[in-house]
Amino acid sequence: MAAASTRVVDPSRAANLAARLWRYSGSSGGAVVALIALVVLNALFTPNFASSGTCWNILLQVSIVVPVAIGMTLVIATGGIDLSVGSVMAVAAAVAATQLHRGVIVACGAGVLAALAIGLLNGLLIARERLQPIVVTLATLIAGRGFAQLLSHGGQLIPINDTAFQWLGRGRIGAVPVPLVLALTAVVVAAVALRRTPFGHRVQAVGGNVAAARLAGVPVQRTLLMSYALCGLLAGIAGLVEAARLAASDAATIGLHIELDAIAATVVGGTALNGGRATVAGTVVGALVMQVIATSFNMLLIPYSWSLVLKAAIILVAVFLQRPGRV
Amino acid sequence: MTGERDASAPVLRVRGMTKRFAGVTALDAVDLDVLPGEVHALVGENGAGKSTLVKLLTGVYRPSAGEMYLDGRPIAFPTPAAAQIAGVVAVHQEIHLLPHRTVAENLFIGREPRRLGLIDGRRMHADTMALLSGLRVDLDPSAIAGELRTAQQQLVSIARGVSMGARVLVLDEPTSALAGHEVALLFDLLGALTAKGTAVMYISHRLDELYAICRRVTVLRDGRLVATTPLAGLDRLDLICLMLGKSRAALEKDARKAGGPSPAASAEPMLRVRQLSRGQRLVDVSTEVRPGEVVGLAGLLGSGRTETARAIAGIDPATSGTMTLNGAPFTPRSPGDAIAAGVAFLPEDRKAEGIIADLSVRENLTMAVLPSLTRFGFVNRARQDRLVAEYARRLGIKMTSGDQRIGELSGGNQQKVLLARWLCTRPDLLILDEPTKGIDVGARGAIQTLVHELAVAGLGVLLISSELEELTAACSRVVVLRDGRSVAEIAGEALSDDAIVQAMAAVPVPTDS
Repeated sequence: MAAASTRVVDPSRAANLAARLWRYSGSSGGAVVALIALVVLNALFTPNFASSGTCWNILLQVSIVVPVAIGMTLVIATGGIDLSVGSVMAVAAAVAATQLHRGVIVACGAGVLAALAIGLLNGLLIARERLQPIVVTLATLIAGRGFAQLLSHGGQLIPINDTAFQWLGRGRIGAVPVPLVLALTAVVVAAVALRRTPFGHRVQAVGGNVAAARLAGVPVQRTLLMSYALCGLLAGIAGLVEAARLAASDAATIGLHIELDAIAATVVGGTALNGGRATVAGTVVGALVMQVIATSFNMLLIPYSWSLVLKAAIILVAVFLQRPGRV
Repeated sequence: MTGERDASAPVLRVRGMTKRFAGVTALDAVDLDVLPGEVHALVGENGAGKSTLVKLLTGVYRPSAGEMYLDGRPIAFPTPAAAQIAGVVAVHQEIHLLPHRTVAENLFIGREPRRLGLIDGRRMHADTMALLSGLRVDLDPSAIAGELRTAQQQLVSIARGVSMGARVLVLDEPTSALAGHEVALLFDLLGALTAKGTAVMYISHRLDELYAICRRVTVLRDGRLVATTPLAGLDRLDLICLMLGKSRAALEKDARKAGGPSPAASAEPMLRVRQLSRGQRLVDVSTEVRPGEVVGLAGLLGSGRTETARAIAGIDPATSGTMTLNGAPFTPRSPGDAIAAGVAFLPEDRKAEGIIADLSVRENLTMAVLPSLTRFGFVNRARQDRLVAEYARRLGIKMTSGDQRIGELSGGNQQKVLLARWLCTRPDLLILDEPTKGIDVGARGAIQTLVHELAVAGLGVLLISSELEELTAACSRVVVLRDGRSVAEIAGEALSDDAIVQAMAAVPVPTDS
């Protein structure tokens, strides 16, 4: 039946496609509209906004927070939260900086492994010991920052002169900055994983209804453990990129408060804060919304504080649009 | 139960009540009169418009058309609070109490008696005592609500509605979580209420209860009023016919199809359970299931039925006892173990443990078989869609597409999706815990027929049900549990409602060792 009618344009099929598109963008539709509005308004009213320089700048700036926000999206989709991402970035940077004398590969590997270890620790405590995610990751937030400063001999700035390492933050592949390449890779991998792999389906099942997921044979503990581990891993990569961009590991400031930006990007993008529904594309849009606001306010010479107010308003609107039970 | 004098003037009069959602008419010009002091049954299949009507009556929805009169005066409820103040109070399936607060605090939340600006605890306690004893409810006002049994919590919810001056109390499936003797408590309370002239709208799928306490019944079907009629003199079968819109002859033919399949008596049991135990609630249960056999698990609430099922399904593993499955030792430590061994378990609480409401029908249906649909690390969407299409056809699942959120389906269709989730794991043993609870008559029949067919096809089925008729119709053998022990096994000619009840009620005899 279907084979015979493939060449015929079926109006109901077109309507179905439109409905599906709306369904997919449904929860992040608000963020997409906000981003388009911001870009159009800025292009019209902000001098020099519509230039390739500004575009690259915004994309480059956003490529630190995007990997972190993707990890956050995974964790939030399971119904949890990870406050420790900023400290994980600092630990990864400090570990890499102190191991750099062994070579770039070893240093990066050690940094990423340290980040993964913290993510696994979070995951173990949350999945196996059933501790509350907000408390566990608050503890690793505090401990991680302290650990990073200990590694840097009491929080001193460690300069990084290795050009190979700096390439991570300052290099380009063709015309594209390396951080952007890394962020895009993370986006594509995470989006595909979330929609197409059993792990991705399980993440949303666990967040949607953990009891039902367990009875359906979903390995709940392993899913949670992997989510937090991946979140740590992504934060670690972001930490290395940030240190490479700064050409230094500054244990006191790298990744400071980035968890808030990551949560904001996730929520603005349309991922449900109580779990069960996640959109990586939405998170990217959410991060872009926040960055466009920051950049354009900067260009318009409006005080930074006002951009905070607008960001807060956007977060509230996003949560408002997501609230359940609208008839 | 009620005085006939008031009967002429309805306390609540509804005319032409209509509700449309985005062009879909959920309720179409329904008229309803609720008389003071009557228990008025509201029945219909899922999708008949019962819950829409209730939500309109209690201010959750606003009508697209139609009027309501309370005591003869036109009235509209913009919010649930307005309905409560006017005296139309709903007590929902899910009980809404503050679990950490006392009974008294729950009853008077938001309108605590005050003295010098502070809450007068002593008066609140006394008022609670007076209120509860007036309703013949025996509860300690200072008991913590969360520590009460479900039935007691429900009584508190109802008492709260009464204390707010309810003229019409709407009870939505009030007994779905209650055991037999607890239902009696509820009925006592309703008797006390109606004697005082309060009207009760009673929504339930359990016909026994309707006949026990309701005077009149309103039947809805597909959003329309079918009939309002006295229950006395209305044959059960006729009532079901009204709900289904079927002729009685067709229904009787359906009923004759029932009866448990009888496997070859010589067949080796696929599941053998010996002296299973776990804690207080599962003490000593033994049974076996042969291929092609539907074995019933009967018993009162708390007798260990669900615990037995959960132990076999690896959810709450047994701490002692032995099991064999297909001849091999079987000790599942997790649901995954049991699924891998060929055991599927359909839990009783569909909402809490079955569906993942935000995910699509496709994701829900294929949740348990994801690994087998995965190639090179990716879930194969085409194979998912084939499974969804296959089971939608086989089980008659009504949905717009596999993309539809399962939360949007009716209860019966959700249950069919969950059944499909388990059937696509190709289990040897299917454990069904109250599979027809809270779903409409049509879907119920479909599921019962399906269970029969599955058994004929060689599956072993373990069926838990509180409804004796369901057990005697579907099973070839029924194991009766009492206080966590398997105490009787009734099979063949001896199998009857009466025999099961007698086994449930029998006085325990000491077992010789």
